[in-house]
This record gives sequence, structure tokens and C-alpha cells, in this order.
Amino acid sequence: MYATWPCPLPDGTAGEEMVLGFDRARQQRVLVIPPLFDEANKFRHQIVEIMRRVDAQDIDCFLPDLPGCNESIAPLPAQTIAGWRAATAAAATHFAATHVFAVRSGGWLVPDTLPGWVYAPVKARQVLRGMLRARSLAAREAGVSESSEDLLAEGREKGLTLAGWDLGAPLIRELDEGEFAASPAAIPIEQGEVGGKPLWLRAENDDDPAQADALAAILIAGLGVE
Amino acid sequence: MTAETASTASTGPSRSAIDQTLRAILRDVLGLDQAQVDVFDGDTGLFGHLPELDSMAVAGLLTEIEDRLDIVIEDEDVDGEMLESYGGLLAFTEAKIVEG
Repeated sequence: MYATWPCPLPDGTAGEEMVLGFDRARQQRVLVIPPLFDEANKFRHQIVEIMRRVDAQDIDCFLPDLPGCNESIAPLPAQTIAGWRAATAAAATHFAATHVFAVRSGGWLVPDTLPGWVYAPVKARQVLRGMLRARSLAAREAGVSESSEDLLAEGREKGLTLAGWDLGAPLIRELDEGEFAASPAAIPIEQGEVGGKPLWLRAENDDDPAQADALAAILIAGLGVE
Repeated sequence: MTAETASTASTGPSRSAIDQTLRAILRDVLGLDQAQVDVFDGDTGLFGHLPELDSMAVAGLLTEIEDRLDIVIEDEDVDGEMLESYGGLLAFTEAKIVEG
């Protein structure tokens, strides 16, 4: 289930990252792109639940680590959205993916070449705003005054640690300015279609088997698996 | 009073709609059942009373309130009082909607 994959480094050489995959060389192969930052942890369990269901329907699926994310030892402050997009595109080729399933901010990384789905897409600026706000709230609790506006200005120049994530200046500028529309071939799945409470809002990590069933069913129906 | 209520309803969500939306957001953030949030009253404690509500969760809560009620919450709006109790959060949100 766990293996490694050759992930391209910014200098053009190949690094090595972990991948969680259900690979039995089947015809349909889904590349799974998890959300970034805090939601990556919130969704990890649920994503694996969805992958198990998809695997049970004779579909291969892969959840590769991106540099600086999950088990990766690459430094997070050196990462950019552009770099993660390149890594995701390389993963799509490496795993010969036929489809993509992205969750939340993972939608920013969807390769243009693949059809698939983006579950509950979110805007980059909204994610950045949430992290800036968490930092300014935590600072206030500690008796320090930090406004989101000042933090953003500082982060765009020097990088910033937000909600425990060490983000480099280029990444903060990308989040502040970027749109990262998912490929038109990726169909958005809204929470209403899935039902239940949105897991990314939960203060505590959780999984939801009924939601995993619903999401897997949408993928399986779309893939036309009998 | 009747006229005032009617005019508010025509320009924005009613007080009960705001109340219901806020309860739904708290239900989602805290992972509670509808029945549990239905019994929230003005004095129900939030920040500092519920261990789940750390700063990241509060940030998520405020962003979701902005999204679902179409308001903007500035840093300086956020203080202990508005997050202290359900009544404080509801009063704050209502005031924001009237302002906006």
C-alpha cells in the first residue's frame, strides 16, 4: 500500500516522496489530491476511507505526498503552488492516472489534462484569510496585537508561520493573488450532493462513513464501473 | 415595530434566519446534533467554555459566518465579548448584518 514515487525537485532532479496507493494495474486509475495545510490532516482519514471504497470497486487510486506535505522531509517554506502543480502533473504521468479526485484546496493543483472531480472547492484567498485570522486570534490570546493586514504585508516579503505552517514569501504571494481555477474537465461536487456535516469545518478531526459512501458512489458512477 | 420588522425582512435575513444559520454553523463546527444546538440560549458559553474552540476553529467559524451570511468580520471586531456566549455572537452577527 505504501511505496515511494519520484517527485521532481525545483532544480529538475528527482526527489522521493511517499505514496499511499491501491495499485493492481487496473484500467481506471484515480489520482487523489488532498487539501493543503490544516485540512490535509482533517481529511486524511476520510480520504483513505473513500479510496478503500473505490478500490473495492476495482479502481486503482493513488495519494502521493507532495514536497513539504504529510511525511515529506522537503522544507515547507521552500514550496510553492507552482511547484506543487508541477509535482502533481508529474504524479499523474508517473501513475498513468486516468482521472483525478481533488479535495478542497487540492483543486488548485488539478492537472489540466485529466477529467475528474473537485470536492467542495475553495478559494486561495479564503484559505489564507482563515490562517491569518487564526494567527492573529492566537496572538491576541497571548496578549500580543497582530493585525491580519500587517501579517500579510510581512508574509509577502519575508514568509510567515501561520497556524503552525511555515510558509515562504512566494507561497503567501501566490495565495494572496492566485485564482488557481481547476481544470474545466474537473466537475465540482458540492457538500449538498454528499450530505452530512462538512468535515473541514469540524474543530476536531473526524471521518464519516456515510459521506465516504456518497463520494465514492459519485466517482464510481462517473467512471462507469459496472 | 411591525413595520420595522417587515422592512428588515425585505433587506436582509430575519432575526430568526440569522439565529438558525448561526446554530447550524456551530453544529457543523462542533460536530453537535441539531437537538444539542437547538437548546443553546443567550448564556451558553462558547470560547473558553468549549475545548474544541481553539483559535484555528474560531477562525474557521468566523470565516463560515462571513460566507453564509455575506458579511465581513474585521480583526478589530473580534473580542472576548462576542465569542464569550451564544447570545454575544448572535448580537454581534445581527449588528454586522444591519451595518452591512
